[in-house]
Amino acid sequence: MEFFLISSLNGLCYGLLLFMLSSGLTLIFSMMGVLNFAHASFYMLGAYIGYSISQLVGFWAALVVAPLLVGVLGAWFERYCLRRVYKFGHLPELLITFGLSYVILEVVQLVWGRLTLDFAPPLLLQGPAFTLVNHSISGVSLYWGSVAPELCTSLDAALRVVCSPFPATRGFMMLVAITMLASIWLLLKRTRGGLVIQAALTHPDAVQTLGHNVPRVFMLVFGAGAALAGLAGVIGGSTFLTEPAMAATVGSMVFVVVVVGGLGSLSGAFIASLLIGMVQTFAVSLDHSLGSVLASAGLTMAPSWQGSTLARLTIAQLAPMLPYLLLVLILIFRPRGLFGSRD
Amino acid sequence: MSAVTYTGARWGSIWMWLAFALAMLLMPRIFASGLSITLLSQMGIAIIACLSYNILLGQGGMLSFGHAVYTGLGAFVAIHALNAWCVASPAFPVSLVPLVGGVAGMVFAILFGYVTTRKSGTTFAMITLGFAELVFAISLMVPEFFGGEGGVSGNRVVGAPVLGISFGPAVQVYYLIALYTLVCVVLMYAFTQTPLGRLLNAVRDNPERVEFIGYNPQRIRYTAFIIAGFFAGISGGLGALNFEIVNAEVVGAARSATYLLFTFLGGATFFFGPILGGVLMVLAFVMLSELTKAWLLYLGAVFMLMVMFAPGGLASLIVINLRLARHGKLRALLPAYGLLAVSSVMCALGFSALVEMVYHRQLNAAMGPVLRFLGIALDTSTAAHWCGLLTYLFIVVSGFEWSRRRFALQWDMQQKRLEDERLRAAVAP
Repeated sequence: MEFFLISSLNGLCYGLLLFMLSSGLTLIFSMMGVLNFAHASFYMLGAYIGYSISQLVGFWAALVVAPLLVGVLGAWFERYCLRRVYKFGHLPELLITFGLSYVILEVVQLVWGRLTLDFAPPLLLQGPAFTLVNHSISGVSLYWGSVAPELCTSLDAALRVVCSPFPATRGFMMLVAITMLASIWLLLKRTRGGLVIQAALTHPDAVQTLGHNVPRVFMLVFGAGAALAGLAGVIGGSTFLTEPAMAATVGSMVFVVVVVGGLGSLSGAFIASLLIGMVQTFAVSLDHSLGSVLASAGLTMAPSWQGSTLARLTIAQLAPMLPYLLLVLILIFRPRGLFGSRD
Repeated sequence: MSAVTYTGARWGSIWMWLAFALAMLLMPRIFASGLSITLLSQMGIAIIACLSYNILLGQGGMLSFGHAVYTGLGAFVAIHALNAWCVASPAFPVSLVPLVGGVAGMVFAILFGYVTTRKSGTTFAMITLGFAELVFAISLMVPEFFGGEGGVSGNRVVGAPVLGISFGPAVQVYYLIALYTLVCVVLMYAFTQTPLGRLLNAVRDNPERVEFIGYNPQRIRYTAFIIAGFFAGISGGLGALNFEIVNAEVVGAARSATYLLFTFLGGATFFFGPILGGVLMVLAFVMLSELTKAWLLYLGAVFMLMVMFAPGGLASLIVINLRLARHGKLRALLPAYGLLAVSSVMCALGFSALVEMVYHRQLNAAMGPVLRFLGIALDTSTAAHWCGLLTYLFIVVSGFEWSRRRFALQWDMQQKRLEDERLRAAVAP
């Protein structure tokens, strides 16, 4: 029970982090038709810049300043690099962001080194947000913060007590993600600027004719997308790991999300993020293999099969490939993705 | 008139192929050291891989992030074939092992390509990325086939020597690779001339119109994908023979990215571009990585500049300048070219000095603060050296921008003149 709860919260948290990234990616894609290959690199850049700023002035300042810096960098890239290749078509657009992801990865290793950084969250966020205590007699109870160690140990061997803490950083991550999404939604739907952006998504020429500077809107949206990725980076980097490989691990997952959800669909990206977050989290904690499942069902495998990889591999070991398997299956059975409108 | 130029062009291309074959034949005589034979062998392998990749990128407009899946799986099947068949039955010659790799690459392309080629454009790129990650994840899980961390090793010197060729010495493997390279390059060139190759170009440029004239673009993409998979597999099989070891790295995303980078740098819009790309790839991996630790940064930066300013790659730069030279327009550009070259070299030197100084602080701090850069001692601990470098950079970057604008003006002028002359010649009887 408490395993299920904590795992689904963890899955939700990871899913929301993925959505923080995929929302920016989707917004940029639906606006400019550019799939920003370097989006996860902006995420990494956010984590590293956030680390440096938090060393200087503290975490809370980093949470504000680092995304802004990343956003400015993103806007600068759009203005001076990406805009030059629009005229060549979609392929060079993808290629230049691909080149940027290469450069950012190397620059990060150049400036901060190749080792994992010790990017600790502030004291307020260290430790658990709440703890679930599962007592075999009195049932599951919830305690805010951490619990005293004597609550988690039972003197009587017949009693089973399990404590499952939920880290405060993850709670904070969910809070920030939800606030961010709500404010984006409000910005897009309820403000004049949001209306211009929405109009520029579908009818850029008409918006241009009405006197709005559409290239500048593009630049701002690209910068805003990069800033969101940077924000996700500061939180993700302090919660998980801040290392040069973080862009590649999250990046390929985010691409799976946007394709599974349907390219250009924000709600599709949301559902797919949560789906993949859940799948990933639950899969790594399941220790069943084909062999053990068959054995518990009372079936025995042929002796020649028993030691084979197929019988031995557990779901936890298969976890890294599950999102990609999902991607392939979606593309076979529903090629435009879950909520995609265009082929 | 057209018949004359046609045979002329044909003879020209035959001479070119002969020169290509002769070059590959004579190269090991000119560069006879062990290192250069290794380099030449790797170049042959890289050329096949880049050309097969260009069937997708340049000819089909399909940006694949997973081409290493086909070269890599071809390599794995080839090394298993070498270990299983060549050892068991001496009748199976080692020289056919790359062909086994090719067939394997083709089979995997038939399997995976059915899914990936259903889409084109951005979605295609993402799916190939997904497949690359999937295969890489599987390769770490199934040590029986992929050999785990250590990889699968083999021994190419098995069976009795055929005609005195045992494939023991590296030069014998080089000649096998050269032969495969020549045949594959000719075949891939021939493919571009077939109706299917032309249709593939049409699918790249305008799939809707292809559909209107009665072809199925999806099927054309699929067929081209299978052909590319075949040649990729051959390249992988040759790599397996050359290195005698194959590990999971060969199916990795980094390898796929390398093919993309160098095919594009060489030039995707011309047939010979990826050949340049393959040669560059080996040179960069062996020589540039020896020279500096930050070589991937330079590579990425050059790639971005290329995408922005010369999306046709090196090959297009060569072709454009040859065209100018043929019409006698290059001479007028030479001073501007010289200025541009000097200023860009000075810029590049300044930037690389900066990069190397930062890297030195990061990685070699234990070796003292002083870095030798092209004979100049740069002290990474004094502010004066940093400020001096930044001032130098500011000056050379301004100089570069000035010479670039000057060059762009003259370049456009010469291009316009050339265009005018062409129009006049077309109008004149």
